[in-house]
Amino acid sequence: MTGDVEVFDGANWTRICAYRDLTPGRGVAVLTASGDQVAVFRDRAGAVYAVDNRDPFSGAHVISRGILGSRDGAPTVASPMYKHVFDLRDGRCVDEDTAPDGTPAVLRVWPLRGGAGAAAPPAGGGVREP
Amino acid sequence: MTRHATLPPPPRRARDLVLVGHGMVGQRFLEALVDQPGAAAWRITVLAEEPRPAYDRVHLTSWFAGTGAEELALAAPGFLADHGIDLRLGDPAAAIDRAARTVTTASGRVLAYDALVLATGSSPFVPPVPGHDAAGCHVYRTLEDVEAISADARRARTGAVVGGGLLGLEAAGALTALGLETHVVEFAPRLMALQVDEGGGRLLRRKVEELGVRVHTGAATEAVLTGEDGRVSGMVLADGRELRTDLVVFSAGVRPRDELARGSGLAVGERGGVAVDEHCRTSDPCVYAIGECARAADGRVYGLVAPGYAMAETAARALAGTPGERDVFTGADTSTQLKLLGVEVASFGDAHGAAEGALDVVYSDSRSGVYKKLVVGGDGRLLGGVLVGDTESYGRLRPLAAGGEPLRTPPEQLVLPAALGSAGADVPPEDAVVCSCHNVSRGRVREAVREQGCVTVPEVRKCTRAGTGCGSCVPALGALVAEELEAGGAGVDTRLCEHFAHTRAELYEIVRITGITSFSALVDGHGTGEGCEVCKPVVASILAGLDDGHVLDGERAALQDTNDHVLANLQRNGSYSVVPRVPGGEITPAGLIAIGEIARDFGLYTKITGGQRIDLLGVAVDQLPLVWRRLVDAGFESGHAYGKSLRTVKSCVGETWCRYGVQDSVGLAIELELRYRGLRSPHKLKSAVSGCARECAEARGKDFGIIATSSGWNLYVGGNGGTTPRHADLLAADLDRETLIRTIDRFLMYYIRTADRLERTSAWLERVEGGLDHVRAVVMDDALGICAELDALMERHVDGYRDEWRAVLEDPERLRRFASFVNAPGTPDPAVTFVPERGQIRPARPGERGLARTPALVAGPGLEVRTA
Ligand code: SRM
Ligand SMILES: Cc1cc2nc3c(=O)[nH]c(=O)nc-3n(C[C@H](O)[C@H](O)[C@H](O)COP(=O)(O)OP(=O)(O)OC[C@H]3O[C@@H](n4cnc5c(N)ncnc54)[C@H](O)[C@@H]3O)c2cc1C
Ligand code: SF4
Ligand code: FES
Repeated sequence: MTGDVEVFDGANWTRICAYRDLTPGRGVAVLTASGDQVAVFRDRAGAVYAVDNRDPFSGAHVISRGILGSRDGAPTVASPMYKHVFDLRDGRCVDEDTAPDGTPAVLRVWPLRGGAGAAAPPAGGGVREP
Repeated sequence: MTRHATLPPPPRRARDLVLVGHGMVGQRFLEALVDQPGAAAWRITVLAEEPRPAYDRVHLTSWFAGTGAEELALAAPGFLADHGIDLRLGDPAAAIDRAARTVTTASGRVLAYDALVLATGSSPFVPPVPGHDAAGCHVYRTLEDVEAISADARRARTGAVVGGGLLGLEAAGALTALGLETHVVEFAPRLMALQVDEGGGRLLRRKVEELGVRVHTGAATEAVLTGEDGRVSGMVLADGRELRTDLVVFSAGVRPRDELARGSGLAVGERGGVAVDEHCRTSDPCVYAIGECARAADGRVYGLVAPGYAMAETAARALAGTPGERDVFTGADTSTQLKLLGVEVASFGDAHGAAEGALDVVYSDSRSGVYKKLVVGGDGRLLGGVLVGDTESYGRLRPLAAGGEPLRTPPEQLVLPAALGSAGADVPPEDAVVCSCHNVSRGRVREAVREQGCVTVPEVRKCTRAGTGCGSCVPALGALVAEELEAGGAGVDTRLCEHFAHTRAELYEIVRITGITSFSALVDGHGTGEGCEVCKPVVASILAGLDDGHVLDGERAALQDTNDHVLANLQRNGSYSVVPRVPGGEITPAGLIAIGEIARDFGLYTKITGGQRIDLLGVAVDQLPLVWRRLVDAGFESGHAYGKSLRTVKSCVGETWCRYGVQDSVGLAIELELRYRGLRSPHKLKSAVSGCARECAEARGKDFGIIATSSGWNLYVGGNGGTTPRHADLLAADLDRETLIRTIDRFLMYYIRTADRLERTSAWLERVEGGLDHVRAVVMDDALGICAELDALMERHVDGYRDEWRAVLEDPERLRRFASFVNAPGTPDPAVTFVPERGQIRPARPGERGLARTPALVAGPGLEVRTA
């Protein structure tokens, strides 16, 4: 067990960082081998989530800089741009269904693995194997 | 266990229902049917021509932006299996034998039916010009079409769209985004001729052209030219002009797919479409037709999804044997609101003023790109309208037009920009449709709020389905819900958010009295859940005021809002701006040069702000510390142009230079800015000091403003520029400097302690009981006995102030967060791109190919950490 968290882009696993380097309640951005940008978060309970870094409402790659929280018990992130809130489990925007360009307001959810470092094993449903 | 305790009644022989076409309307029909109690009587088979289940055609264009086919799928996973629906993909119906009641499929299978539903949609119309079927010619209807366009676009430089209607413009947008130089060729004299009038069309054209699309109106396509390889090489227009193009997309209208109906002798409309009655039944009572393939009872063929959905519901109820009295389809509203290529367009009702005696009221401002036309009947009723560039009022106007009541507000007021016109007294009637996608009336939404306990838009959406279609009604829904809550006396909810049943002021007291220093302790002890983007920044601000420590330390880093999180202002493309503090607006030539050099070295855009500072824009997140380092070295600190905190204290030149000035306004402004910088508050704080009553610093537009008198300083509070301007009120006159500062200290601290989240001093002053007199009694006469406490808090703030940006530079742990990518520090974000404009940079717009910033040469690639 390396204590590293990794994200899967369909072909390759990309190392994100050590699990302990993820700040609870905050995110980091990851550039995958395929050139995609992924936002990775760790919540207060230790669960880790990975979704697209691109905010469909502004087109800017800023989701990783959003604030984590909950809505009706569901783990969420609020985009820093126009504050749209997304469910971290399925990437859906809970405020609006469609972005201004007509695309569905859904962030892709990326498979993750690892992170069970010595310090704190990630709990909750956030960490998924593909 | 009591399972199977009672046996179900013996099933009647299930009857066979065959649905032809699994498109948007077909899927909706299935959903509506299985919802009916009588649905179990049917055994359902679906014949689909396309190789995949129904998907969201309306959002087809989003495929280019990376939305996968799975995401566009309409049926929930398991929907078909759960309801025993037999879907046969890729095997279209080829013929109907109405006498035998059978359908034969392309693969030769024969299916018997008791009821047949046609939902075959339409096919794109391709004008039969020479070359129309050459390689490189496309239509725009299915996922296969967009895949083919995208594949062809890879080897193309130029693309032409035939047809400048709604779909044509959407296709043009897609081609532009694919990086092609794009032409639109429209036969009519204007774009979107169906929806907008001439004036709106002109503005739309200008806006579309601004995006780089070449528009040719009044132009007929004569022929498609091909090269030696047989592929498209150009187009000839009727006036003889030739366009060079590598790819053509035909988007010149659609034709209902009624071929099965014609072949089996069903009645069809003169201009096509399977003729149906108001229950969507064709001339054969066992056969129904819905969606774009149907010619409705009003003689029209609808090319929009909302009327198709309404037909689907009608047919489903008829087949389940449960039609209600109003379950007939007699026609639909074709109002539309769209954002095409980023241009907002809406049209509703009688948009072209076809009714006799109709009059137009037009507001047009080509400078700001807004065009609005209302069509008003001779009797004063609103009949319809066209909005281009600003469609905000669509949600309110459309129901008024549908409601048919005479207007009480002069129509001119309804088209004027909000700032010029009044809101108007017109309230749409109860049955006015708020959400046309799901046909939800105003009355239904009000009922959801009044009787079903919905208090938020998401709750109303779940309860009524309003707002779950195109989403264009969501702003109108929000306004209606708020209005209804207020009218219901529910009292406007003062809870901060779902996590805290307290106001901001109450939370402040909780933190002050308990001495809690972390968000976790506060939410676990006094709230619920994990917090959110509303309460976290509020708590961050309260903690910053009552406790020392850096805003980015420990858990506190996770609470900071958009800008506070990185100590700079987020811009639209994900880059940041840095606004160095220039206290009082006073700056030396050397300082100006230093800022200029930093901007030049990093290639930043510079602009003088409205707050007497210089904004440096276009800084990538990983460049922020590099820019701060340079500022620190030049004797500056970055400044708060973000954060609910002190912004600037503006000044006029004052008595030192001005021949009218009576006090040193610059000196005081500098002192105040340095004293209050970094102070966290419920909303931002602004100030100004003017050297005489001529008020060149606009102090009365500030939260606290000071105007010099010959014997001291007048202190004004509660001013505001911005959205709702308010002149500040005189709190005290002719104060000496020391009393002035003490009074401001207390005023600010009392405000911070008692104001609501995002309540500027102007709104707070109007809300607090007793108003200005009460505040004066508290801060000048210590009516509440809290002045000593307020003074102590301010003293602590002033003593505890540290340069936040420098503190980041000095701490490797904090510095680490300023990387674009955690796994690739030093790699700049490739999505942040710029283009040149007027000799500087600006963010690239969607569809523009911008350049990522080249790494700053002078600053060097790394940053050495100095621990001073
Ligand atoms: C940069 C600047 C415009 C400029 O190029 O001049 C600006 C830019 C912004 N203003 Fe402003 N305002 C700027 C001077 C003003 C002024 C003029 C002044 O300060 O004298 C006003 C009117 C005075 C007032 O506030 O009463 C002003 C009234 C607003 C408002 C409306 C506030 C209100 O109470 O109605 C907002 C929205 C808000 O704060 O909620 C706003 C919000 C913003 C935001 C933060 C919008 C945002 O969320 O992104 C902009 C971010 C700045 C950035 O990213 O760098 N800005 N803004 C000015 C910065 C001054 C400075 O040096 O700090
Ligand atoms: C790019 C684009 C953007 C659009 N934007 C909007 C918009 O913003 N707002 C709006 O209201 N509308 C919009 N529309 C129109 C909207 O998509 C249609 O109104 C809607 O899809 C009609 O649904 P339907 O089921 O009648 O037809 P379709 O969705 O076309 O479905 C018909 C299905 O039947 C199949 N079929 C045909 N013949 C047979 C056969 N013999 N056997 C078996 N299957 C058969 C077809 O292959 C197709 O899958 C847009 C359309 C496109 C293409
Ligand atoms: S406010 Fe008075 S002192 Fe200041 S610049 Fe204007 S006239 Fe001169
Ligand atoms: S009008 Fe489209 S969702 Fe309401």
